Amino acid sequence: METALDSGNTAWLLTSAALVLLMIPGLAFFYGGMVRSKSVLNMLMMVMGALFVVGILWVLVGYSMAFAPSYGNAGLLGNVTAFAGLEGLMANDPEAGVPAMGFVAFQAMFACLTVGLIAGAIADRTKFSAWLIFAGAWAVLVYFPVAHWVFNLNPETGGWLYKLGVIDFAGGTAVHINAGAAALALAIVIGRRVGWPKTPMRPHNLTLVMIGAALLWFGWFGFNAGSQIAADNTAAVVFMNTFIATCAAGLGWLATEKIRDGHATSLGAASGVVAGLVAITPSCSAVSPLGAIIIGALAGIICALAVGLKYKFGYDDSLDVVGVHLVGGLVGTLLIGLLATEAAPAGVNGLLYGGGLDQLGKQAVGAIAVLLYSLIIAAILALIIKKTMGFRVDSETEIGGIDKALHAESAYELGESGGGGVFAGVGHAARTKSEVES
Amino acid sequence: MKMVTAIIKPFKLEDVKGALEAQGVNGLTVSEASGYGRQKGHTEVYRGAEYTVDLVPKVRVEVLVDDESADLVVDTIVKAAQTGRIGDGKVWVVPVDTVVRVRTGERGHDAL
Repeated sequence: METALDSGNTAWLLTSAALVLLMIPGLAFFYGGMVRSKSVLNMLMMVMGALFVVGILWVLVGYSMAFAPSYGNAGLLGNVTAFAGLEGLMANDPEAGVPAMGFVAFQAMFACLTVGLIAGAIADRTKFSAWLIFAGAWAVLVYFPVAHWVFNLNPETGGWLYKLGVIDFAGGTAVHINAGAAALALAIVIGRRVGWPKTPMRPHNLTLVMIGAALLWFGWFGFNAGSQIAADNTAAVVFMNTFIATCAAGLGWLATEKIRDGHATSLGAASGVVAGLVAITPSCSAVSPLGAIIIGALAGIICALAVGLKYKFGYDDSLDVVGVHLVGGLVGTLLIGLLATEAAPAGVNGLLYGGGLDQLGKQAVGAIAVLLYSLIIAAILALIIKKTMGFRVDSETEIGGIDKALHAESAYELGESGGGGVFAGVGHAARTKSEVES
Repeated sequence: MKMVTAIIKPFKLEDVKGALEAQGVNGLTVSEASGYGRQKGHTEVYRGAEYTVDLVPKVRVEVLVDDESADLVVDTIVKAAQTGRIGDGKVWVVPVDTVVRVRTGERGHDAL
């Protein structure tokens, strides 16, 4: 049978989809290590819960909203019913270079990850049911349309930001500015944790944070290099830029800390890694490796400074989703306008390469449009949930620990007075329900 | 009989144990503790935010001894645990009414 299917590209696409999926537990560990031990399970559950909900919605309406042809070719929203349920995409298309369902799967992971990113802003205090409802509603009303704006690369029926000429290879706008803006809205609407910022809320497990950062970095090669949807030269350039920008960002963050606080910290290293990955996400196809180093270094420095904004303005963005993802996304998206070079796969010159202000202007339009849209819709959704079912747990639950109250579990049994340890075996600290009733 | 309790720096535990063994002390109890004295706590930095941590990790050593050995045991512990720097800890002695060895039911001096 004749087929255009390229098995190499298909293999890379499916592998990349799995790599991006791995970022989601990676993100959960990255966030989970940063919260206090009494709420780490809730943090893991928020990220995993968003994955479950958004995965289902992607099949039902998400893929169509993002990747079907636009209503009226306006580039605002894909035809919701075009591929609803995905049944029409199962048959083998002899003209397709990669199977449609492979692309559907790859992009599904993007949607799930993006929603999970938001959870870090509202750690320790959010009602799980309210979070799941927000996750689903924000995916439908914000992520799916914005993915259409940015990722639907059809010159006629595709997204308006793409048609405008905004360069966003793997989601600086659609993923990171988008999630970061929603995180800001939620942190403001839901409010501060009890005691913040006076009470110390130290990360409870920095090795877990580092494991999470490592998994994110590994998976991010699928996120960025996989976004080429081909195992080709562009994918390789993107891969290398993704690697080297991250190294530069790690150094940038650590240098900032060393100068400002006197110590280079492991949390700073892990945070720098993520900041660099965020900033290189939109720009990885548009810059040279040296450009990637500049973007990474600037992202590391600027994000290390930006995580202090919440103390200045008084919003409890608990795990710095704004400082890392919103700010890092802006850095990467806007620097394309300066550092893009025609020699890179995207083939556009930025201001510093003699391309003038044109590309920078387009990048700014893309960044601001996504920022404002996400911020406003997220704030409205959050207010509706707050006024109806309530968005946060009561303060007794929050202080006592959200893991025990919401999930009836504790993360660690380390022989502390409240747990098991040496007493667990003789049944003093924990008993089965049947034992209590007998 | 006396109970000697010492709060010491964790890294001095091996020295204290060795010195007590050399003095013929047959048993002791060790537990992890945290607290502060004049030393106060220390500072940690997370993403630029400084936290003052009041409680410092320490080790608590408890030894049951005869009335007449108490001073010697205290001196032994102090000598072994001393670094001369702030945060070396404290040792105190309290009287004990009765001691019973669980295995045999022996009481008082025989139970030590």
